[in-house]
Parts: sequence; C-alpha cells; structure tokens
Amino acid sequence: MTGGTPVGVLVIGAGPAGLAAAEAALDAGARVTLLDASDATGGQYWRHLPEERAGEHEARLHHGFARYERLRDRVVGDAACTVLLGSAVWSVERSAAAGSGFTVNVATGRVDAARAAMSALEPEAIVLATGAHDRTLPFPGWELPGVFTGGAAQALAKGERVRVGERVVVAGAGPFLLPVAESVAESGARVIEVVEANRLGRIVRGWAPKPWRLLGARAKVGELVGYVSGFLRHRIPYRMGAAVVAAHGTDRVEAVTIARLDTDWRPIPGTERRVAVDAVCVSHDFTPRLELAIAAGCALDERRFVVVDDSQETTVPHVFAAGEITGIGGVDLAMAEGAVAGAAAAGRTPSRNAVRRRRVFSDFAGRISAAHGIRSGWHHWLHDDTIVCRCEEVGYGRLCSTAASTDAEGLRSLKLSTRAGLGICQGRICGRTVEELLVAASPGDRFLDSVSTDRRPIVAPQRLGDLASLGDGPESP
Amino acid sequence: MGRIVVVGAGIIGAAITRELARDGHDVTVVERSAAASGTSGRGEGNILVSDKGPGPELDLARFSRSLWPTVARELREELGESFPAIEFEPKGGLVVSTTAAGAAPLLAFAAAQRSAGVRADVVDAATAKSLEPHLTDATTAAIHYPEDAQIQPVVATEAFLRSARLAGARVLTGHEVIGAVLDSAGALAGVDVRSRDGVTRSFPADAVVNAAGPWGAAVSEVLGAAIPVRPRRGVVLVTTRMPHRVFHKVYDADYVGAVESSSADLQTSSVVESTASGTVLIGSSREQVGFRDEFSTRIVAELARKAILLFPFLSSASLMRSYSGFRPYMPDHVPVIGEDPRLPGLWHANGQEGAGIGLATGTAALLAALIAGRTPPVDAAPFSVSRAGLAPFLAEVAA
Ligand SMILES: Cc1cc2nc3c(=O)[nH]c(=O)nc-3n(C[C@H](O)[C@H](O)[C@H](O)COP(=O)(O)OP(=O)(O)OC[C@H]3O[C@@H](n4cnc5c(N)ncnc54)[C@H](O)[C@@H]3O)c2cc1C
Ligand SMILES: Cc1cc2nc3c(=O)[nH]c(=O)nc-3n(C[C@H](O)[C@H](O)[C@H](O)COP(=O)(O)OP(=O)(O)OC[C@H]3O[C@@H](n4cnc5c(N)ncnc54)[C@H](O)[C@@H]3O)c2cc1C
Repeated sequence: MTGGTPVGVLVIGAGPAGLAAAEAALDAGARVTLLDASDATGGQYWRHLPEERAGEHEARLHHGFARYERLRDRVVGDAACTVLLGSAVWSVERSAAAGSGFTVNVATGRVDAARAAMSALEPEAIVLATGAHDRTLPFPGWELPGVFTGGAAQALAKGERVRVGERVVVAGAGPFLLPVAESVAESGARVIEVVEANRLGRIVRGWAPKPWRLLGARAKVGELVGYVSGFLRHRIPYRMGAAVVAAHGTDRVEAVTIARLDTDWRPIPGTERRVAVDAVCVSHDFTPRLELAIAAGCALDERRFVVVDDSQETTVPHVFAAGEITGIGGVDLAMAEGAVAGAAAAGRTPSRNAVRRRRVFSDFAGRISAAHGIRSGWHHWLHDDTIVCRCEEVGYGRLCSTAASTDAEGLRSLKLSTRAGLGICQGRICGRTVEELLVAASPGDRFLDSVSTDRRPIVAPQRLGDLASLGDGPESP
Repeated sequence: MGRIVVVGAGIIGAAITRELARDGHDVTVVERSAAASGTSGRGEGNILVSDKGPGPELDLARFSRSLWPTVARELREELGESFPAIEFEPKGGLVVSTTAAGAAPLLAFAAAQRSAGVRADVVDAATAKSLEPHLTDATTAAIHYPEDAQIQPVVATEAFLRSARLAGARVLTGHEVIGAVLDSAGALAGVDVRSRDGVTRSFPADAVVNAAGPWGAAVSEVLGAAIPVRPRRGVVLVTTRMPHRVFHKVYDADYVGAVESSSADLQTSSVVESTASGTVLIGSSREQVGFRDEFSTRIVAELARKAILLFPFLSSASLMRSYSGFRPYMPDHVPVIGEDPRLPGLWHANGQEGAGIGLATGTAALLAALIAGRTPPVDAAPFSVSRAGLAPFLAEVAA
C-alpha cells in the first residue's frame, strides 16, 4: 500500500470550522476532500436528525440552521469536493508523500462493524478542524446512569430527539450551558434549574470589559439573548456560584446535591440542598481534540491550543488549524477561522471579510475563559471513593495515595502506577483531570517529563485484523 | 564506602542506587527528567532466559532471574501494601516456531540452552495447546521455559528508588549531568549538574556510574571516556482490555534471530503477553533510526500480522495505543558493566539493550560487588570495557 491517494486540500472535521474551510478552499479553486468520523456534516453545533427523518422543527432547534444548509449544499454539491463521512482519521505520519509530506490514515465504517475499510490519503495541505468535546469534572456519583455531559445531552436532544429525563438539572460552567438547557427543554424535559459555578462578579468582570468590542459580534450577543428569553419562556432559574457536588441513586440518578461555591469553586459547608432529578447534564470546560495536531508536530500554546499564525497555519508548514482546537470561541469564530484557513490552504490570500470576522469574534474566546475557566477549589467536593478514571475505575483516594507512596514526578510513571487514563477512552474523559489531580498530589508544581494525556498517536482504537491488512505503509521521508 | 553519583534513574540506575545505598555508600542518583521517563517506561517487563543463547549475557540473565523473587519480596515488605504492586509474575514462556524450516533451529537452540542450565522443555503440539488454548494450530515446534517471568518496569523502578531512599540515598530529578570534575591526576572526581532552572553545581564523587541507557554515549563522552552505545528503537502495541486468553509469554522463534541481529533495518518478531490489567501487549520491533520517534503504519501492520499468526483470535481485538522506546544497544551485544580503565572513577552499567529490565537485579549486584572489591557473583571479564570484542567500536567513538 506504499503510496496513498493524492488529494488536494484535506479538511479533517466537517463541523462549522471544517465546512467553512472547505467552502473557502473550493472558492479558491482547490480540489477538496472533507471528512468526518460521524455520519453527517455539521459537527457539534449543527448536529441534527438524519436526513431521512428530518424534523420539521430542525430550524427552531438550531440557531442559524439555514446558514448550515446553505453551507452544506454549497460544499457537498461542488464537483471539486469529495465528502467522506463515517471516516475517522486514526493516525497521521510523516512520509515521502509529495505536497504536505504527510500520509493521513483513514478508517471508514461503523465502529461496531465487522471490519473497516482502511485507506491512506496524501494531501497537498491539511486543515485540522477536529473541534473539542466538553469536559466534566468528576463528583461523587457522576458515573451513575442519568448523568450526562452537556454535549451528550444536547446530541441526544438534537440528533436523536431523545429526552434525557423528566426533571433535569443542567450544571457546570460557561455560556454553553444555556444552549444545552434550551435543547433539553425543547426536547420536552423540565429543566429545574441551571447551575453555573462562577459568581456574578467574575462573570461580569470577564464579559464586561470593553463591551463595544462585542458590537461587531451583535449576532453572537443576540444568540445569547435568545437563549435567555428561551429561559424565560421555559421558566428556568439560572443560579450562579453553585455546583452539583454529588449525584445520588442506586441504579440511576435520583437526586443531586447542589452546594454554593466560593470564588475558588470550593463548596461552602452548610449550603447543600438536595434536589430530586432523573437526569443531570454537567459540563465545566472543553478539551480540544489535539491528537492529530500533536501527531503532526504542531506546537501548542501554554493553554494547550494549537498555535496558528494570521493565515491559520500551524507551526508545521502545510498544516492549518481552525475552530475549537485553536481556542474555544463559539461557532462564529470557528467559521471565521475556517474561512481563513481554507483559503490559505488553497494558496490564496484570505478575503478581508474573513479576516475581519475572525477579529470580531476572537474576543469571545478570551472572555469565555476569563469569566468561566475552572478554579481549583473543586478538588474539595471529591471523596476518596469518587471515581476519577472511569475506564480503569481509579478512585481519588487511590490516585493520591499511590502518588504519595511513590513520590513519582513524571506523568508517565504516575499514569502507569495508578493506571488512571490508561483505559479504552485513552484519557479523553479524564486525562486533564488526572493531570491536574496528580500534580496537586505529587511533590512538584509540574511534571518533570514532557508527557501529555493529549498525545494519542492512535486516535481511535482499530482492529488488529484491519491493521494487518495494511501493506507496508508509506515510505518514510 | 564513599560518595557515588549514579547518572540516570531508569531501572538500571535505580537498582544500582538501591544496591549501593544498602552497601553503605553515600549515593545520589541524578536524573535529568523524571524517574523511569526514559527507556524503562517505554518497553515491556519480560524477565527472560528463553531468548539468550549460552554466553555471558545468559549467565547474567540466569543470575538476575535468581535474584528477582527475593528482590520482589523485599520490596513488598519494605514498601508496604500502599505501594503499587511491581507485579512480579513467574508465568513462564512458550516459544513456538510456525514454519517447517523454523523447527530445527529452535530445537537446536533450546538444546544448547539446556546444556547451559536453562530449563527449556520441548513440548508436543497438544501440550502447547493445553498451555495456550488459543494458540495457532500451525506450530511446528514448541519449547516451554518455566523460568521466564515478568514485572511492571515503571513501578519496579520507582520501588527501587523508594527503597534506596529508605537506605539513605538521594534522588535528584530534574537535573542533568553536563560535565566532569577531574582531580589533579586526571581521574574523575565528580560531575557538574544543571537544574531545569539553569542553576549549575558540582557534585564531588569517588565513583560516577553511567546508567544513562541509550544516552550513555553522550554522557560518557561528556565525562571523558565514550562508550559506543546506540539507540535501537522498539515499538509495542497495546490492545483494549479483554478476558485473559494468553497465559504465558508467547514468542515466535524468529524473535531470537532479531535480538541477535546487528541489522539496522526494521525487524519485527512476535512476543505476545497479557498484563495484570487485562490488556495484551504485542512486541516488538527493532530498528536503528537514531532517536527519531515517529508513528509508523508499516511497523504497526507488521506487528499486527505476526501477532495474529500466533493467536488468530487477536484479529478481532482492538489496538488501543502504541508506544516506543530506544533500547541501549551495544554493537557487540554484550552489556558494559565495570570501571573504565581509560578514566578512573568512571563506571558503566549500560548496554543491556532489550533485556535491561530483567538484567537490572544482576547488573546492580555485579556492579556493587566490583565497586566494593568483593568477588563478583558472575564472571565480570566479559562485561569489561576492555574486552576484545568492543575494541573496534571504542576506537570508532574515540575517533
Ligand atoms: C454542548 C455544547 C453546546 C454549544 N453551544 C454553542 C452555542 O450555542 N453557540 C456557539 O457559538 N457555540 C456553541 N458550542 C460550541 C460549538 O459547538 C463550537 O463553537 C463549534 O461547533 C466548533 O466548531 P468546530 O468545527 O471547531 O468543531 P466541531 O463542531 O466539534 O466539529 C469537529 C468535527 O470534527 C470531527 N472529527 C474530530 N476528530 C476527527 C477525526 N480524527 N477523524 C474524523 N473526524 C474527526 C468530529 O466528528 C466533528 O464533527 C457548543 C458546544 C457544546 C459542546
Ligand atoms: C519496546 C521495548 C521493549 C522492551 N522490552 C523489554 C523486556 O521485555 N524486558 C527487558 O528486560 N527489557 C526490555 N526492554 C529494554 C529495557 O527497557 C532497557 O534495557 C532498560 O529500560 C534500560 O534501562 P536503563 O536504566 O539503562 O535506561 P533508561 O531507562 O533509558 O534510563 C536512562 C536514564 O538516564 C537519563 N539521562 C540521560 N542523560 C542524562 C544526563 N545527562 N543526566 C542525567 N540523566 C540522564 C534519562 O533521562 C533516563 O531516564 C525493552 C525496550 C524497548 C524499547
């Protein structure tokens, strides 16, 4: 199989950023291959029912769904664009391939199918638009059925029309709790309350400085206002400075404990109240999907997003990045970055309009993290038996006592001796949490090895039988 | 008794630090990164006698193997139940050939090992199947090695260090050895060390031990007497967890050929084993590509194919992750253990290649005996820097 298929601009991820990148690259006259692991384009934001079951309310459930349909039709309808759905990139490697110098390995087919079709692409240029998934901090009981991440709850509501429960609490941090609550409410569930960990003061300080800079992003502000009016319509209370610190139940969640938090997110004793629920949706942050960027050798910044220049090119030539992997800034920023990246990957100077839009929306990313970023006091809501790594069933107490007994200072050693983050999800769910807790439990204030739980050369598990069918693979450079 | 600096906190440096501290020396192990962050955290934990033909390495392997049960027990007693288990498992190995042509060489190899004292029992196909019910039917010969064992190398490294601390040793991580301190006679009298924040200081020492694994060439050069150790890259595959279906360490007989080969090209041979956590490890490849560590489909595909040849059921198992490391490879295939006659005060414990985990106990005991002037537990001459076989390679790095 030496020698994969040469392709023009390869866009990995067909969410808002990837779609916008594909469009811009097509406008610039490039041949484009757009691929996504899921069975539909749209990404997290425009997740929707499969076409054959398209709901009449699709537009109401989605802000800007018309925009999505226009974009999708433009891209999918273009003869110069090949769209590969259900196709996951499972690794990238340096190779002697012309163009970008990378071979991109793709597995097509459902995860549960007997076998996947393996292929290799040799792109001229790559746009990484792999997005982010939401991150939930552990709390006692978070492994109970009925506890969802915000993203999963929203996906069920939007993509499957499934109601996660009858009485639902939405909790965590960040502006995206609002759309989650709205999707859940639209699906017919009763959202009892939305609980935001940060207090009003921090939120105002984070969002308020230089409000005129948000003027250009009026649509974005309008979107948030829309969510708030949805809240009023559904009569959902929004509480700040509090968190779900425990979930209770035997076979499934039956109640949660909500406590008030201090400014550092430490629960305030005596403020706990128990609320009966049958589902709870919790998201505190986002984790960018960095595996491909790391495998390609792209540098990350200190907040662990992909570093890009003005044309969205990463530190690796021919490799561009757009959307949530460069910073969490919402759908408009993701699209603006995609438009710049797509044009640049096709060898064109990005349109001035695209560059302007990117500037307008880039403020959002900074504001979100200033107003909503995780604070360390949350460790205090963990108990010794709170599971931190679900795959390997590692509890908080064991994590700390193992770290203390070995005095280990390297993340590799700590992971191998605690087994946290070594399970089937490869630390996707718990990786950053495990890192944070282990640093706190080990002697130094950082790990001495340069290991990261974001590094996963094998992005998704692959059957050995499928791998064995591969020939000699690409020649190295 | 004196002051000793050990360079490198991989399993070799850690085992040596413990041994020397227990001998009463004042020991500091200096590690530029974190413990077990080098090769010792990137391989498997096989303690093998099955892959070595008669010779000094087999002698050291047998000696090391004889120490492991005691060491494992001592560590458990010393460190207590809260310390993670080093998972010493004397599970035995099964080496099979899968081709008609492979049978005779395997049987001959095993016969030679038996004459050197290794338990290497020829078993028929039915017995092989009863030892490993999921093994391929296509075996042409099979040898059972009851002495083969395994450990968790990272935990073992940390355990050695913990035990060494209890015996009075210091573990200085995040510090790199960057230069030599020489006395007026030109002997090595200490090392210069730089912290991660760029602070440098000198450590006086009566002896300096180069246990820097594949980086041992650079370290010994900086200290003043280079040894020709080179990195030999190896890749291991890890499957998702599954019910235990592999009970021994199972090798394809061509493994032996790959270990003993000097070729720089990619070679793979199957070693399949399950771990205590339920994953299956599939090793491993050998190639000399410097310290380049890039993912390669070619290696993954080849390892997958060979593992499936041994265990057809693995075809539907999922590969979850892969990792790789650099074996410290000595061009004449024998470790270097002992003082360097070219630079008094410099000692080496290096070049264990693909067997450094298993050889850690014996290496530490041998080096400690040499430093203390005790009768060495195994013949030390074959491991000497001045052995004839190494001379041409020493000349090369000196040039
Ligand atoms: C719960 C939730 C609610 C949100 N609500 C809002 C909101 O109301 N307003 C707003 O502006 N933003 C919202 N966001 C953020 C919004 O989802 C993002 O801004 C936007 O979707 C980011 O676009 P993207 O293209 O970068 O990533 P995504 O939309 O995440 O798309 C990435 C795509 O890449 C694919 N992919 C990843 N890795 C691979 C691989 N290896 N191989 C193949 N395909 C791959 C994924 O399948 C996915 O389709 C929300 C996010 C979440 C999680
Ligand atoms: C894929 C693979 C599979 C393997 N499988 C097995 C197996 O099953 N059984 C077995 O016995 N062996 C196996 N090995 C081999 C075994 O891992 C090595 O022989 C062993 O780890 C070597 O240990 P070490 O302590 O010499 O080196 P390392 O563990 O590499 O330690 C050297 C240390 O020195 C440090 N260092 C380097 N330079 C400096 C400096 N200037 N100052 C301070 N510190 C420095 C490094 O950071 C490093 O931590 C395998 C190896 C690989 C790659």
